[in-house]
Amino acid sequence: MSALLTVEDLRVRFPTRTGVIEAVRGVSFTLGRERLGIVGESGSGKSQTGRAIMGLTPPHAEVSARTLAFGGIDLLSASPKVRRDLRGKRIAMILQDPKYSLNPVMSIGRQIVETLKQHEKVGRAEARERALDMLAAVQIRDPARVFDLYPHEVSGGMGQRAMIAMMLIAGPELLIADEPTSALDVTVQLEVLSILDKLVAERGMGLIFISHDLRLVSSFCDRVLVMYAGKIVEEIAASDLMNAKHPYTRGLMNCMPVIGADRHPLPVLDRKPEWAL
Amino acid sequence: MTEAVSVDNLSVVFDDFRALDRVSVEIAKGESFGLVGESGSGKSTLLRAIAGLAPASEGSIRVEGRKLQGTRRDKAFYRSVQMVFQDPYGSLHPRQTVDRQLMEPLAIHGIDDGERRILKALDEVGLSSGFRFRYPHQLSGGQRQRIAIARALILEPSILLLDEPTSALDASVQAEVLNLLEEVRRAHELTFIMVSHDLGVVTHMCDRLAVMQGGRVVERLTSADLVAGRIGEDYTRNLMVASKGFRRETA
Repeated sequence: MSALLTVEDLRVRFPTRTGVIEAVRGVSFTLGRERLGIVGESGSGKSQTGRAIMGLTPPHAEVSARTLAFGGIDLLSASPKVRRDLRGKRIAMILQDPKYSLNPVMSIGRQIVETLKQHEKVGRAEARERALDMLAAVQIRDPARVFDLYPHEVSGGMGQRAMIAMMLIAGPELLIADEPTSALDVTVQLEVLSILDKLVAERGMGLIFISHDLRLVSSFCDRVLVMYAGKIVEEIAASDLMNAKHPYTRGLMNCMPVIGADRHPLPVLDRKPEWAL
Repeated sequence: MTEAVSVDNLSVVFDDFRALDRVSVEIAKGESFGLVGESGSGKSTLLRAIAGLAPASEGSIRVEGRKLQGTRRDKAFYRSVQMVFQDPYGSLHPRQTVDRQLMEPLAIHGIDDGERRILKALDEVGLSSGFRFRYPHQLSGGQRQRIAIARALILEPSILLLDEPTSALDASVQAEVLNLLEEVRRAHELTFIMVSHDLGVVTHMCDRLAVMQGGRVVERLTSADLVAGRIGEDYTRNLMVASKGFRRETA
């Protein structure tokens, strides 16, 4: 298995008036064609890690790394043009809330076609055909109708499926999903996840799944990175999660209320300052 | 059994959409009652109708034996019923300090020992007095939700309406806020009506729950029944399966 993505000592810094905030402090991992989960609380740097790979870090932030390479391309020294070509075509990202991340004044079909036209030379009829196929692939029952709808006319689950369709249409090799189901209902969550799971498996993509829900991630991914205060505190195979060593991982596992477990009060995380060292 | 809140045949209609369709629930004093369902099932609308934030077109609502008319609520109502909203980023005034937000309900109700009450409320939700003069943007999500709970508690209500109080929070912070809610319920003998889509949270917090779908209550059951799997409706069973997390179908 050759590495699709190599990240070594990735750092993301935000200079502010009151000093430099280090959001990501030396994250290293390699990713092949597998499903990798990144888990942590808000502020742990998990999203910034994903964004740095995608090249979506805000301009005032500083990104540095010993290596940040995707398929042999050094992402940090790549020209904006090279990165633009990568984005969408070979690396795609699914964002949390379809309400905010889809263009409200453009029909869903046009948004999907736009992605395709950006990266491939296709005729109008073929683009439409492929967008409809893609909408069908994310299990939208009536693709022709949804094609002409605007984001406000569809439900959250439908919007998220449209976003998955948009991200997968150019056939990326790496998909970064940043909390793809947190804004959705529990019942819809599972549908969206199983669609995502099926497509990722069929197309042999690499997947980085970012979430704060450790259980969800462990049921979905092969390998999990647990982040705390900008660092990876534990890397563990998803199947081995019950034997997690780091107290933070164990705390995250325990603090969720479980149906049938009578625990009052719930165990809470006792954050130790040395975890952040 | 004395009723804290009783809702009888309540319907809420927005133009031609029936958000609530002849819903009846009864919540006893001191009870913790859960409302579950997916979005659009009317669970939040029911809560908002009780608080007077959604218009009832038929049926009646009684709170502590008093019948409520329309969407008008008097001061006495708000002294006994307070609400905590889902999004702590949206429910606090961004340009007012914590102190001022906590002072507001006291000023409205003409209570003068504000100083003592604010310090007590902050202490109760586990925040030091150092948080008193901060603005919401200087607080984390969990701290904001604690302020929202403090604001609801400062009038010493007997009923708390909780609309997804932890769904905007991280799992680890959720545990802290749930523990806090249980603690204040015990300390003040509060009645909780809690809306959530997470069955794990509801069974943890509530004794009884109602499952809603499409504006109707499809099933009423106790948490113990739910845990033991004594479920009558397929819809509830689906919710139960969904809350267990993702399962890859092994073909």
